[in-house]
Amino acid sequence: MALPTRSNWLARAWHSAFAPIKEPEGFYRHRALVRLTHWINALCILILLGSGLNIFNAYPRLHWGLYGTDADQPFFSLSAIDTPTGPQGVTQIGPWHFNTTGVLGWSKVDGEFQARGWPDWLTIPSFQDLADARHWHFLFAWILVLNGLAYLGYSLWSRHIQRDIVPTRADIGTIPRSIVDHIKLKHPTGAAARRYNVLQKLAYLGVTLLITLMVLTGLTMSPGINAFFPWLLDLFGGRQSARSIHFICASLIVLFVIVHLVEVVLAGPINEIRSMLTGDYRIPQDHQAKDAS
Amino acid sequence: MADAKILTRRVAILGGFAGAGWLIANTDKLTLESDLARVFHAVEDWTRTAQRGLLFPDRLAREYSPSDISPFFKPNGTYNPGTPEYNAHAMQNFGDWRLKIDGQVTKPLSLSMADLRRLPSRTQITKHDCVEGWTAIGMWTGVPLGLLLKAAGLKPNARYAVFHCADNLTGEPSKGGEQSPGQYYESIDLRDAFHPQTILAYGFNGKALDVPHGAPLRLRVERQLGYKQAKYVERIQIVDSFGHIAGGQGGYWEDRGYEWYAGI
Repeated sequence: MALPTRSNWLARAWHSAFAPIKEPEGFYRHRALVRLTHWINALCILILLGSGLNIFNAYPRLHWGLYGTDADQPFFSLSAIDTPTGPQGVTQIGPWHFNTTGVLGWSKVDGEFQARGWPDWLTIPSFQDLADARHWHFLFAWILVLNGLAYLGYSLWSRHIQRDIVPTRADIGTIPRSIVDHIKLKHPTGAAARRYNVLQKLAYLGVTLLITLMVLTGLTMSPGINAFFPWLLDLFGGRQSARSIHFICASLIVLFVIVHLVEVVLAGPINEIRSMLTGDYRIPQDHQAKDAS
Repeated sequence: MADAKILTRRVAILGGFAGAGWLIANTDKLTLESDLARVFHAVEDWTRTAQRGLLFPDRLAREYSPSDISPFFKPNGTYNPGTPEYNAHAMQNFGDWRLKIDGQVTKPLSLSMADLRRLPSRTQITKHDCVEGWTAIGMWTGVPLGLLLKAAGLKPNARYAVFHCADNLTGEPSKGGEQSPGQYYESIDLRDAFHPQTILAYGFNGKALDVPHGAPLRLRVERQLGYKQAKYVERIQIVDSFGHIAGGQGGYWEDRGYEWYAGI
């Protein structure tokens, strides 16, 4: 394969991204199976979010409890209403109503306004189609589950989770300092950069828990699964509650992804992305210490 | 050798990202015009196998107490078949309505509503889960389907029960996607047909089944989604395959892209 020349930014990024890094400049941070499952997971989450929003659009209301239909009050809904000045998109959260015309409830599809929960640029497929959205959703749900089991099985067996992700007793004491560091956008350097900080550990544990909850609440919406595991209905308080928790967890995963991407950019995107491609991670140095030496 | 290995890894990484990017950019196109449908069918089979591996035949859907019944049970699909024949039946409270059972049976049956009401009945309060996402809880009274099939006597090649309905459905905008008018029908396999909670319901919430909910007879197959619960049932055809019926996928919504196995 022909490599680009060093004369352009792409080539510099290419070399920087793939150049091996050895001790003491850096170390092998992510093992192959962790890297592979990370990217498969990322693809699954993206497709599941997009197809999930298309599925949501077939009934763009959320209820709590055993049942919920058009006649029951939702705690969250996206709808289109007629007003004297024309149709409006309305987002309802509890007692509050917001005009979200153009994005939520009432938005353009192929240049023409339509009653539509989430807009076409967020859904998979972009056009409203419950049957196809379900096909995408279930295909990638299976991949997510198998990929997730491979990750969890390997990471528990290799003690990656116990060693690197579960916070230690000492970590817990550093939570206040870590919060301050995050607010100041200060990232660990030197030896401290070899380990995840405590908030990072909690975020990774948290997103693992969220994905687990997504799978369980997703299964709770299946009438076939309900017959075999009725305790799932009890655990989540009914199919409508499960559907709502499914949506809330998805929203929290979106929040995680945003924070995760911002942190990658702040911590040094090439180094961070390389560590998830080839496994090699360059240890950031403390510039003040270097200047002093 | 080492260089070749590194380059292979780079190709694999870049190829993986290019492939994923292509997939995400082309989801619409793939949905509409690719062989992905075969993958989707394989996923459906896999889901059914996984669920059926868990659900041995006598596993019951949860039954609720009267206090759990929804104040409003949303009717969906057809609210009233509205044909002259159906209207005439409705005018006289379905006194002349007949349920035919034919196909791969040794003794085809034609039963009146009075015949059906004389048979042993089952009453169950269950959850109705629409594929769109909503849920309603209602009480159904009817005759177990297994009883009728035993009376008709199944031939050895019988594999599915196909339910032919009196309503012509023109589609439902909320579901989106490709929809065209068609006579409603549904099908289940014998495992679900002989499930104790699979009934032909003529009673709903303590009264005679009303027109919006499928009068005079509707199927209840409790471990599957709402579109399986065929309304206005006038004929049960026992077949070895449903490939030759309507669109060949085993039901009105199945012919329009939905899963035949609606346990998910």
